[in-house]
Amino acid sequence: MIDSSQHKGSLLEVDGLSVDYGLKGVSSRAIDRISFELRAGEAVGLVGESGSGKTTTAMAIAGLLSPNARISSGEVRYRGNRLPIDHDAAMRPHRWSETSVVFQGAMNALNPVHRIVKQIAEPCMLKLGMSRGEANARAKELLELVGIPADRGAAYPHELSGGMRQRVMIAMALACRPSLIIGDEPTTALDVITQAQILKLLGELRSRLNIALILITHDLSVVAECCDRVMIMYSGRIVEDGTVAEIFAQPKHPYTRLLIESIPNPASGKKIIRPIPGDPPNLVNRPSGCAFHPRCPSAMGICATELPSLDKFGQGRVACHLHRSSQHDKVAAHA
Amino acid sequence: MLDAADILRLESLQVHFPIQGGLFDRVLGRPAGAVRAVDRIDLNVGRGEIVALVGESGSGKTTVGRLITKLAQPTGGKLLFEGRDMTFVQDLSALRPYRHRVQMIFQDAYQALNPRHTVFDIVAEPLRSLRLVDNRTQLTDRVSEALASAGLNPPDDFFSRFPHELSGGQRQRVVIAGALAVKPELIVADEPVSMLDVSIRAQILQVLVDLRDKHNVALLFITHDLPLAWLIADRIAVLYLGKLVEIGSADEITFNPRHPYTVALRNATPQIGANAGRAELPALQGEVPSAARVPNGCRFHPRCPLAFDRCRQEEPPPIEVGPQHMSACWLAK
Repeated sequence: MIDSSQHKGSLLEVDGLSVDYGLKGVSSRAIDRISFELRAGEAVGLVGESGSGKTTTAMAIAGLLSPNARISSGEVRYRGNRLPIDHDAAMRPHRWSETSVVFQGAMNALNPVHRIVKQIAEPCMLKLGMSRGEANARAKELLELVGIPADRGAAYPHELSGGMRQRVMIAMALACRPSLIIGDEPTTALDVITQAQILKLLGELRSRLNIALILITHDLSVVAECCDRVMIMYSGRIVEDGTVAEIFAQPKHPYTRLLIESIPNPASGKKIIRPIPGDPPNLVNRPSGCAFHPRCPSAMGICATELPSLDKFGQGRVACHLHRSSQHDKVAAHA
Repeated sequence: MLDAADILRLESLQVHFPIQGGLFDRVLGRPAGAVRAVDRIDLNVGRGEIVALVGESGSGKTTVGRLITKLAQPTGGKLLFEGRDMTFVQDLSALRPYRHRVQMIFQDAYQALNPRHTVFDIVAEPLRSLRLVDNRTQLTDRVSEALASAGLNPPDDFFSRFPHELSGGQRQRVVIAGALAVKPELIVADEPVSMLDVSIRAQILQVLVDLRDKHNVALLFITHDLPLAWLIADRIAVLYLGKLVEIGSADEITFNPRHPYTVALRNATPQIGANAGRAELPALQGEVPSAARVPNGCRFHPRCPLAFDRCRQEEPPPIEVGPQHMSACWLAK
């Protein structure tokens, strides 16, 4: 088992993590030197478009990368111990017990020929060494916890609606009392009202059970509702990291700002469509310097040549030359 | 009654898909039911107007789009285009002039494009099949024009490309160009941006709004996203279980909703800005019932926090609650 002695400070540390995917002899970098920390009980949103590396980051943390993925640098530490994320068998004791994942397509993740109570009981028997009777009791308890009457446990997945199935997935994720849940677009396939129900449930469970949450989504407004912190990813890198309040009030990175402006917001009263020019970058042929520079309205000469590092800025971090230059000036003034 | 400015008018339009009972049911003489996908909808779209049709999955919003584009047959009511009754027209030769003027944009651009056709052939297809051009030069001109209007510049760069060589945003533009090529007067857009990355959505919305502003094209914009509907539309119609429950100007529906379902929809929509950090998400209980078992009375009553006796027995008619603002709720008065 993983050493569960309380490590001071972070629950999870991701340190300089890079992952490459090999396809037909061509290697492309999905995430590039990602570093961040997560405290126990903290909820962080990982936001990006398709191809930004948000899912790769999360799957790497859970040790669930596909076979053609290669970890080319960095490591992940959990309560101070290095996780064997590239070793499937060695990760097994960690999964479910410490970190569980709620996937997007709940309908595809459940076994259609088993009753749901059996599917929830299974990890309890395997991981916690419970007898079938104990595990069934635990499964019913978990169903109640996620808002499904325990007698519905006898149902098969096809008898439940999408929202109910997603609740079952959450119950399974909670089965072995993990400290971290990774939600990979857990509400994307759901309707607005069901989405609100599931987000509310996740929020309640998190504060009640003190579980840390990594929420992967392309939808900034979902993050605004239920996370403490948000990390914005673009083309395999974190470009901005900060508290939800800070990022929405004062986005630092031009990409973050344009992203927020492009969300229709009736509260602002302004019916203006502000498109971000261009297309998201190709991973095999990433732009030089800052990957966002071809689309950035504030791009300068340096942006095309030099990759901005993710530096501390105020309470958070930002990777943009616009904000680095001011720091350089300060350093220059001191010298 | 008929407003001269209206290009499209739906009067009590309905589609009931019959359910074929099993052998057992037939032997026992149990009545076969029907899925009431669209139930007596009244809706009009003016020339150059953008109307958003908002609803959850199963609300029938896509079926309404398919009825208007004649991809599905109604079982009752009327569909009037410029005052002409198109409800039961099925003959291909009679539909050709209609399809020339009414076009549809589908949600999934990847599935809507033939992977073995070039962009040129995809956009040229409706022009050829509707016989709108006489020669190759005209065809090339029309295709170029359509691609440029959809924001694919310069157009000739895209002529010989295949769908797999394009990004998601470019594919959706090709779908739009295909719809534009015939210069329609009404476009039905079924969730045209929901499959796209957030940073690309605004580009596509801009293309659609430009169409209206520059060519006075009317747009029926089908979406599940209320803030998005507010952003793009002049009027919003809210659909629940095959029935229009509220219709009004985009601002009225967004800031002064008068049907409990619209209120629930608005409250459930995650928002940034003013409401950010809101501790509690007010959530509606339960889920949309099956359209095969529509509840009696007001179909929203089993989930409605305000339901009272009358709602369980009597279906509320659309009640005028303001200028051009109707709500089908007994409490709306």
